[in-house]
Amino acid sequence: MSGDPEIKPVGLSGLLVTFAGEMSGPANRAALAFRTAVEAENWPEVHETSMSLVSVYLAIDLVEVDLNALTTRLEHLLATQDWYAAALPEGRSLWHVPTVYGTDLAPQLEEAATVAGLDPEDAIRQLSTSRVRVLTIGFAPGQPYMGELGAAWNIPRQQGLTKSVPAGALVTAIRQLIVFTAPTPTGWRHVGQTAFRTFRQDAPHPFALTPGDELIFPQISRAEYDRIVASDPSGRGGADRELLS
Amino acid sequence: MTGTLILLEAGPALSLQDMGRQGYLAYGLTRGGAADRLALHEGAALLSQSPTLAAIEMVGLGGRFEVTHDTVIALTGAEMTATLDGASLRWNASHALPAGARLRIGGARQGTYGYLHVAGGFDTPEIMGARSSHLTAGIGALLQKGERLPLGAATLDRAGYLLAPEDRLSGGEIRVMPSIQTSQFTADTRDRFARTEFHRDARGNRQGIRMASEAAGFSARGGLSILSEVITEGDIQITGDGAPYVLMCECQTTGGYPRIGTVIPCDLPRVAQAAVGTALRFRFVTLAEARVLEQRARAEIKALPGRVQPLVRDPKDISDLLSYQLVSGAVSATADPYAP
Repeated sequence: MSGDPEIKPVGLSGLLVTFAGEMSGPANRAALAFRTAVEAENWPEVHETSMSLVSVYLAIDLVEVDLNALTTRLEHLLATQDWYAAALPEGRSLWHVPTVYGTDLAPQLEEAATVAGLDPEDAIRQLSTSRVRVLTIGFAPGQPYMGELGAAWNIPRQQGLTKSVPAGALVTAIRQLIVFTAPTPTGWRHVGQTAFRTFRQDAPHPFALTPGDELIFPQISRAEYDRIVASDPSGRGGADRELLS
Repeated sequence: MTGTLILLEAGPALSLQDMGRQGYLAYGLTRGGAADRLALHEGAALLSQSPTLAAIEMVGLGGRFEVTHDTVIALTGAEMTATLDGASLRWNASHALPAGARLRIGGARQGTYGYLHVAGGFDTPEIMGARSSHLTAGIGALLQKGERLPLGAATLDRAGYLLAPEDRLSGGEIRVMPSIQTSQFTADTRDRFARTEFHRDARGNRQGIRMASEAAGFSARGGLSILSEVITEGDIQITGDGAPYVLMCECQTTGGYPRIGTVIPCDLPRVAQAAVGTALRFRFVTLAEARVLEQRARAEIKALPGRVQPLVRDPKDISDLLSYQLVSGAVSATADPYAP
């Protein structure tokens, strides 16, 4: 898959390595693998790294650090392999997050199914069995953008904004899913509701998810959801986690 | 026991702030911290302590405060009216705050973000490695009337010092450097942007500040549909209506609006401090120029402790002047009369 990675300075605060001009599966995998490789290098100049859909950001103090030297070092690392064909990194988690589809908790399931050209049962079956990967985290703390769903789910955002969907909402557009961190106005359609909290500031590990983690959102009943909410104040929302090797 | 600061009254937007949290960008959390970090360095220089200690950030309006044990305070950032038991206090200075005395901080005369520092800082529990509230992320909250903040351990020998910072409260020229999407704006658009006089809009907060102008909107080639990409503090984002927003310390980590450039770090306090209506202009500099400017600014921060002067009190500021022994020489021109 296409294209050469590009290295650009980001103001004086770091460097950006871009793997594509638009979202693509291989470019996202390239960014994930490259970020993992940069972290493993442990360069003292790199204070932290992050990834958006198809790029990796390295926080570097360009006031003190020589831009050209760092760029050369990155070029060497980029040349060591075909990042677009790189394997997914090790040490990721697979999460099973119990989800209520439709009902008054997630009122746009039927509308989203119609736009996707599916009947509601098919939509729920597909959404509740799809295994998606965290493509990036952003917009709000811990908030995952996950994909990619099957081609039927390449549905646009709705024209108007829904005034507010609650924390834990599972929403969809453009073959992606999001679990919202906090109540948010959005153009993404609200198809499911979880009790899973992606950001728990008092927990020893405040962020549940890391880019590259995979998730499945199995269907549960409203009664089961109410039981989870009532019995588990931790914000884990009844989710199970297994380590991917 | 080192005492407690009590908020007897609180303005509408008081929060505890420090240098913020770094290391969480990958998880969607920006640094946050003080909107004017230079003010934290100034407070630290005045009190001869670490700039990483937390201070109270006051947006536009302060509050009334009292401490249970004697302490020393410093006032920095936006210039606000301040009195201690009715006697006016110099801004950009440190002062003794005796237990039970009433400290009143009013509205900003110039600037937006004022800071109240205490000797030893505030000893509140850390959340994820910092004491600052990140209001957008829901970490911490605005300070409320009646709240009590524990003070850190400190020596109290720093009352009566003064700094004379260079003006950063009245807008003016803001240096901007190219960033990852600058080339998506035509040279004409960038020129027009640099020639336009902007005014700080009323729409502004710790996330971002809108810049209003008479000019037609600015737009990127390819319009608004660009791929969501990393945001850094200072980025100037052009939103749907064509007006620039300067993104501040609580901005999001990524965003899909095109950015015409990024304010160089040492000019961000000037953007933060511009009050509503203040005129600002943006001037493009190269990366090499930005580096030199930033190196200079860092050297100035390092030199701050050496620029602190003893506060010479103006007699008209001393409310109980007649009670002093002015003739006998018992009052030194440089000693703080409130010092123990």
